[in-house]
Amino acid sequence: MIQAIAFYFFAAIVVASAVMVIWSRNPVHSVLWLILAFFNAAGLMVLLGAEFIAMLLVIVYVGAVAVLFLFVVMMLDIDFAAMRAGFSRNAPLGLAIAGILLAELLLAVGAYNAGGLTLGTPDGTAVQAADATNIEALGALLYGRYIVLFEIAGIILLVAMIGAIVLTFQPPKPGARARQDVGKQISRRPEEATVMKSPPVGQGVEL
Amino acid sequence: MDFAPSFALVLPELLLSFSGLVLLLVAAWGGDKAGRQIAIAASAALFVAGLLIVPGLHFGTEGPESLAFGGLFKVDSFALFAKALIYLAAIAALMIAPAFFASPSAGTERAMRAEYPVLILFSSVGMGLMVSASDFMSLYLGLELTSLTSYVLAAILRRDTRSGEAGLKYFVLGALASGILLYGMSLLYGFTGGTGFAAVRAGLTGEMGTGALFGVVFVLSGLAFKISAVPFHMWTPDVYEGAPTPVTAFFSTAPKVAAVVLTARVAFEVFGGQVAAWQQIVMFMALASIIFGALGAIGQENLKRLLAYSSINNIGFILLGLAVANTQGASAMLIYLFIYVAMSIGSFAALLMLRAEDGSLYETFADIRGLSVTRPAIAWALLIFMFSLAGIPPLLGFYSKFVVFQATIEAGLVAFGAIAIAASVIGAFYYIKFVKVMFFDEPAGVVTGKSGPAHWVLLGLAALIVSPLGYFLTPSLAALADKAAASLFLAV
Repeated sequence: MIQAIAFYFFAAIVVASAVMVIWSRNPVHSVLWLILAFFNAAGLMVLLGAEFIAMLLVIVYVGAVAVLFLFVVMMLDIDFAAMRAGFSRNAPLGLAIAGILLAELLLAVGAYNAGGLTLGTPDGTAVQAADATNIEALGALLYGRYIVLFEIAGIILLVAMIGAIVLTFQPPKPGARARQDVGKQISRRPEEATVMKSPPVGQGVEL
Repeated sequence: MDFAPSFALVLPELLLSFSGLVLLLVAAWGGDKAGRQIAIAASAALFVAGLLIVPGLHFGTEGPESLAFGGLFKVDSFALFAKALIYLAAIAALMIAPAFFASPSAGTERAMRAEYPVLILFSSVGMGLMVSASDFMSLYLGLELTSLTSYVLAAILRRDTRSGEAGLKYFVLGALASGILLYGMSLLYGFTGGTGFAAVRAGLTGEMGTGALFGVVFVLSGLAFKISAVPFHMWTPDVYEGAPTPVTAFFSTAPKVAAVVLTARVAFEVFGGQVAAWQQIVMFMALASIIFGALGAIGQENLKRLLAYSSINNIGFILLGLAVANTQGASAMLIYLFIYVAMSIGSFAALLMLRAEDGSLYETFADIRGLSVTRPAIAWALLIFMFSLAGIPPLLGFYSKFVVFQATIEAGLVAFGAIAIAASVIGAFYYIKFVKVMFFDEPAGVVTGKSGPAHWVLLGLAALIVSPLGYFLTPSLAALADKAAASLFLAV
């Protein structure tokens, strides 16, 4: 009973806030509604017993992605009136995409109702450890059986980093700007940096 | 789980990754000044990695002892054959690079980025993983490692707008292709319950449902994108034209080999029980690539664009070998790949040797007019490559086309073979246009510029392989290809 109540509670808020993401006129509000949607989706995940994914949703999506969105939205100067101007022109395209999505939904429901779909492991591989929490189960797979894939993913991220640096890093031009010398900054004493002056009234100060 | 035997199987990848990491540090401290030394070290690493796979290639590896990491990778003769080709192509891409990046064609940068060899190394690691993948997850990771390095390599001349455009186009379309591939893989996973090739194959028996068929089509489409087969070829000419020429030479060889071999493995090992489902798709892509590759090249003036269409055309012939769907076809495909790589490297090495007075590269037909007078050696080498690409008999390009057609016709696909032969005659037009422009037009401008020994060595080697002398290679090449193809079909 309590699960059902919680489920409908979370689900209703997810749907409502997802609608509000699209409806709200202020993009900052949209992002805030999105964060609410993520939070409640995390709640749904907890109900499913997937507490690890719930934590990931909160930490990664709310903590990092949504905040990043917020920054981007705040920094971009978007004229939303101009963006809405093309609505009638783009409406057929939008309707077509909506139609495709609807067809996909119907297909999915039809496939589900057709039954006979056994998602799982016909060959017995990757059986989930029975009495482990899902963080343990994921960890055992990720750092045991699939450790090599994990390492390759690390190399891919390294290559992404190399790529970003290769394509964007500008070596400083010699002499263009003085480099920061932390040691020099720290060793600077108040006596070297400040001077006491007592100018007579009505006259400026020579520095 | 005991990983020791697995590590022994992926020793070349370990070596390459490790040297990539070390050279990255060297690059970070040495800067672009060390670029040349890093390129030499990277070539040495690739060479040693190549030596490591020689025993396996010679004696043949197959069956359970070729499986690594609990079935994630399968390092059989088929994979080793491809790896050998990939390492050779990568070494060639490293050899031709320093001279290009020092030339005015490289824009304002004028020095090879020290990261270029490092990226080539990581790309080789990715391609090695691709060709030995035996699970959709390892397939995707290998593919992504290769693609990501390719995007960066295409855009590595960042002050050159064409290079940037090539990188961006490649990135956007490549990401789209990856998405399509992933979607197909997720469908297959959903309908069969496994990501391993054997598990998916076991799940795909009997009548295939619509969902699984969608998965097959999506996976094949994603892979076709990576090998630039028609109708997923539209990025190729732009990327090949915009990318720096050594990178283009790399793109048209090593990643092509890896993607083709991967496609073959997926076709036979995953969809091997459903040959009828993919054979017509691959056959369509093969014929369409041959025809579009031939027709699209006709109006081109830029030589790099032309070679891009030529590579689409050649991919068509390679896919024709795959579409035959038997051992003979797979073996023909591998032979074609080897000869195609030799011809490609040769043509690009020759292109890189054509320089204007100020050292910038020549890239259009107008530039190579009368080349037989100004640079006869290069003109004759190009003549060999172009006649070979056209498949004119005494050269080795004829042999590669011959084995593919033989496999096609012996499998009873006579009509398809006939269409392919007819289209290859159309293709001969622009290859021969090369020769006409070089040998019968009035010389235009001065073609000068010193070419380093690396270019001459590559050009000479490639010309030697493609020349009729290459027929001495064919018995051992055919033996290796047969062994490799047989190991692929062992799973069947």
